[in-house]
Amino acid sequence: MAFLLTCPNCGDRSVYEFRFGGELTQRPKPDSSSNDWTSYFYDRRNAAGTQKEWWYHKFGCRKWIVAARNTITNEVSETAWPDLG
Amino acid sequence: MLQLFRKERMWEKRPLKDRYDVVIIGAGVHGLSTAYYLGKLGVTNVAVLDKGYIGGGGSARTTAIIRANYLTSQGVLFFRESLKLYEGLAKELDFNIMFSQLGRLDLGHTDSSIFGLRQRAEINQLLGVDSRMVGPKEIKELVPAIDLREGKTLPIIGALHHPPGGVVRHDAVVWGYGRGAARQGAEIHPFTEVTAITQENGRVTGVETPDGRIEADTVLSATAGWSSTIAKMLDLELPIVTHPLQAFVTEPLKPFMRTSISSANLHVYVYQTDRGEVVVGGGVDPYPTYSQRSTLQTLESLAGHALEMFPFLGRAKVLRQWAGLCDMTPDYAPVMGRVDGLDGFLITAGWGTWGFKAAPVAGRSIAELIATGKTPDLIEPFGLDRFRKGKLVNERAAAPAAAIH
Ligand SMILES: Cc1cc2nc3c(=O)[nH]c(=O)nc-3n(C[C@H](O)[C@H](O)[C@H](O)COP(=O)(O)OP(=O)(O)OC[C@H]3O[C@@H](n4cnc5c(N)ncnc54)[C@H](O)[C@@H]3O)c2cc1C
Repeated sequence: MAFLLTCPNCGDRSVYEFRFGGELTQRPKPDSSSNDWTSYFYDRRNAAGTQKEWWYHKFGCRKWIVAARNTITNEVSETAWPDLG
Repeated sequence: MLQLFRKERMWEKRPLKDRYDVVIIGAGVHGLSTAYYLGKLGVTNVAVLDKGYIGGGGSARTTAIIRANYLTSQGVLFFRESLKLYEGLAKELDFNIMFSQLGRLDLGHTDSSIFGLRQRAEINQLLGVDSRMVGPKEIKELVPAIDLREGKTLPIIGALHHPPGGVVRHDAVVWGYGRGAARQGAEIHPFTEVTAITQENGRVTGVETPDGRIEADTVLSATAGWSSTIAKMLDLELPIVTHPLQAFVTEPLKPFMRTSISSANLHVYVYQTDRGEVVVGGGVDPYPTYSQRSTLQTLESLAGHALEMFPFLGRAKVLRQWAGLCDMTPDYAPVMGRVDGLDGFLITAGWGTWGFKAAPVAGRSIAELIATGKTPDLIEPFGLDRFRKGKLVNERAAAPAAAIH
């Protein structure tokens, strides 16, 4: 199902202007075990429900944003600039 | 009137018991095929549970292309065996599965795609799979209606021809396996959703459903696009992301081609069914979702690409379009077998956009694993632990075409 994403810069835009960048994950500390790194690389929650995820506004302002989307209904409840803190 | 068509029931509805030797979650082609081969090995106290109707998931939405012309030796050996089982399946199940061995052409339009196809031809031949390279002349002989795109962007300069590939009647495979499994004693319970998985001391002991708790020695998840929702019940994450795949079909046309065609460069595959309809599909949608609604954007892009090879199809009407869920893995290979640290639980997943053709060999192999406790050689490369061991299969490798059905 197609839907709109609200780019904090450009406003409501078709999802086809964006590139999906994967669910938000926590990068392990450099000295973490190889199991943790493997998980980080490959394992995904792949939630059926709301998940936070990366999107890149490829055919727009070319900025990365973070959206909260319900993966069952494709409703986007929130979009924001990434917290790079 | 109904009696005319249905002389006997395919399987009896039976009351849900509170204990089975094996509970299979998901009554798609994989769950039912596994139940069937379990029966052949004498394991008959089996229940197959589905939250919806039988074969209503990916198995209802598949374009049912069967082939064995893969790229990796692990993949070729596995799919070769499945193709062989499909060739004998109508007889085995005493059910017409309408396997039409149309043959299959994987088109190459660039030097690099020809390189990938050549590599597949070599590996296929080495492993006894009938595939070879053909040039534009032979392509035109096989499919006179095709536009070879001479002088255009992405001309068709060669193809991998795989004569034993074809298409099968998907519902018939599901029903045939279901009937076969039930005749051997397995029970099939549609509209019975698994809501939780019970565990004791690192061992899975059964499942919970709205109709009550069920104990089992072995629980198998055969839920394809929903696999991560089952894994979540066990606090597991899988190397799987659920993407929709869409396809559409035109009104029936006079037969104009026998061979099924795929082009990785044009992102599309096309074949004409025995009824004359033209089936068109492509790659998965670019973002994950559990929604099975189709989109206009994908219809437009699939249709546009189909017209690049068959311009005259522009006048054909679209009959219907649909979407189904695909459990995509990072290396385009399945995930089958045990889960480390969790006894009594097995998974068959990672079927992505290629899983229908695997159902016979996958079901037989998983059944053997359940019955004997030993992982058959054919599926050993596809264990979940390959990610920890750094032994990805990389079925996509040099040829993205391999990722298409
Ligand atoms: C459009 C499309 C085209 C395709 N084309 C091809 C092709 O040409 N060739 C090919 O080889 N493959 C193709 N595939 C892939 C193939 O169809 C699938 O890999 C295959 O059907 C998966 O079968 P399955 O039995 O594993 O899963 P499904 O058929 O998806 O069955 C899983 C079942 O699990 C059930 N389930 C989920 N959660 C629960 C729960 N909690 N409790 C109980 N039940 C549950 C679902 O209701 C569903 O019925 C295609 C897929 C799609 C979508």
